[in-house]
Formats: sequence, structure tokens, C-alpha cells
Amino acid sequence: MHEMSLVAGVRELIEDAAVREGFSRVKQVRVEIGQLSGVEREAFEFCFDLAMRGGVTDGAQLEVIATPGRGHCPACGRETALTVVYDPCEHCGAAPVAIIRGTEMRVIDLEVE
Amino acid sequence: MCTTCGCGQGETKIEGQEQHDHDGHDHGYRPAHGRTVKLEQDILAKNNAYATQNRERFAAQGILALNLVSSPGSGKTTLLVKTIEALQGRQKLAVVEGDQQTSHDAERIRATGAPAVQINTGKGCHLDAHMVGHALEKLPLEKGGVLMIENVGNLVCPAAFDLGEAGKVVILSVTEGEDKPLKYPDMFRAARLMLVNKCDLLPYLQFDVDKAIAYARRVNPLIEVIRVSATTGEGMADWLAWIEKGAAAVRG
Repeated sequence: MHEMSLVAGVRELIEDAAVREGFSRVKQVRVEIGQLSGVEREAFEFCFDLAMRGGVTDGAQLEVIATPGRGHCPACGRETALTVVYDPCEHCGAAPVAIIRGTEMRVIDLEVE
Repeated sequence: MCTTCGCGQGETKIEGQEQHDHDGHDHGYRPAHGRTVKLEQDILAKNNAYATQNRERFAAQGILALNLVSSPGSGKTTLLVKTIEALQGRQKLAVVEGDQQTSHDAERIRATGAPAVQINTGKGCHLDAHMVGHALEKLPLEKGGVLMIENVGNLVCPAAFDLGEAGKVVILSVTEGEDKPLKYPDMFRAARLMLVNKCDLLPYLQFDVDKAIAYARRVNPLIEVIRVSATTGEGMADWLAWIEKGAAAVRG
């Protein structure tokens, strides 16, 4: 359950941005959570509501963009879908493939006023 | 959470550290109109910044820092105690212990004569780089020494949090399932070395070591593996040699 720590990290990034950018309220937070990032989306959403209470983030809505896992197969050179980090290449069956997307945990942007 | 130093009002306690107050931090927000602010920042950016500070400190002092991770009950602390005893007189060693509660583990380490600081994470399921940075303030680190950071027993969360270590060492004991590398791939992917511990118990168990290693390599083809038993000493020479080689490489 490190989702609570992660949303606490989101709040810190927002509070830093509030000082830097000069806003007093966040209406929406867009985050990208890759499907290979080890983050449980439901837990993240649940923790988000708790962690944003009070201050500049109070009442902020969350939008999660769940990036699917993608890999590059060193054997056949093609791109392949990954649901877990050790999935073999869907084209030629080689494993492991190099992960190129899906491990992201980023705050993309904020809608503020 | 305090945005100046990152301290939360949570339940993390570090032995020997008084709670510090946060007077003087200014959180003056200026009013503005509705708009979009681009951040494009990693959620772990703060942790990673603290990890970088720790890593720079280790590099400056020529310290090999290892982050020991496993399920609860894998025998991490016993292995660590035996490791410290075996390296006595050969290698300076200090320990950061992470547990949700109690300082039992740090006391076990201190009984060997090695310095240790306990971090209690309260409800937290992992150590983060900020906690470790504060713990280092309480720990006498010798130049060219080894720092062992025993993380909270948990195969999930500690995988995501860089502490500034040179490498993660994952301990899998043979009383667990051999398919743990597949069930918790993030941790085995993040680790440099896997210690298969409690190997003295293999005659009494169904655990297939080769299968466990094959699973770990499926997740992480580069992972190194050493079979050990803290009880009988099997494999300990290889583990000690691995540490000393790493320490020598960091000292340069």
C-alpha cells in the first residue's frame, strides 16, 4: 500500500507548484499511471481523496491516464504489448523484451484558479 | 506534509531524533485566474531528489550502500547479524533498520558491536530516501565502509523507492513459494542480487531452487544469485566476497 505515499508525493508537487505559479485552488489533477508501474489504481484513487483534503488541493478531482505497457523485442525488433514486465514478445515469443512504456508515474498538469 | 523539508505529520520515528518544528516556512499563495499548469513531474521526484543526495554522500565517502528487501520472515536480520560477525575486522559496517514498530532489530545489530539506527515507519510500508537521509545523521559512517539498509519486510512497496543505494539485494527464503519472483516481479526486476536463504532446510521442503532462479531470471536476466544459509554458513563466503568486491569497486 505505497499508494498513500505516492499521493502524498502528488500533493507535495502541487503545493510546490502553488507557491511557484501562484494559484490558490486546484480543480483537477491529471496523472499518468503506467500499467506496469506497480500502482493499484483503485487504491490510488481512494488515497487521493483523503490526501487532498484541506489547503490548496481541497476538493481536487483526479483524472488518471492509464498507459498500457509496451515493449521493444530485441529478437525481432518489433513493438509488443506487455501486461506484466516479463511477458514474451507477442510476435516471436522471445523474452524478455525491453520496456519502453507503462512504468510512468507522473503528474501531467493541473487545472487551477 | 511540510513542503520545505518533506517531513510529514505521520508516524515515522527515527531513533535519537527529536521532532523538529516547522516555524518560518512560508506558504503564501497568490490569487490567480482559472488556468492549466503543466507539471510533467515524476510523482517520486521528491524521493528521487533525496535519494540523489544520499547517493552523492555515499560516493563522496566511498561507501557501498545496499538496500536489503524481502518478505517478512525471510531471515534478513539473522543473515545480517551473521554477515557483520563474519566481516568483523575486515570491513567497517553500519546498519539502518526499517520496521513499522519496535527497535528489536537495531538492538540485535548493536549487540554485534556494529552501529545501527532504527527507523519506525508507523503505518508506512517502506523506507523512503528522506527517512534514510535523516537516519544517516545519527549514524557514524566510516569512509570506505558498507551501509546495510534493511527495509521493511514487504516485497511490493520498497521496489518503487530509491534510497540512494548502489543496489537492492532481495532475499527469498526457501520456506516461501518458489514462484515469488513472478508474483512480485517489480522487486526482483529492481534487485541486483538474489540471496536464496535458509538453504539448510531444503531436504525438508518441496522448494525447487532451480525453478525459483529461473523465475527470477525470467523477470530480470541480469540478476545474480547466491544460495546461502545463515544457520549453517553455506554460501556465506560467496556473499561476503560479493560485498567486499562491491565495497572495493566503490572505494575505487
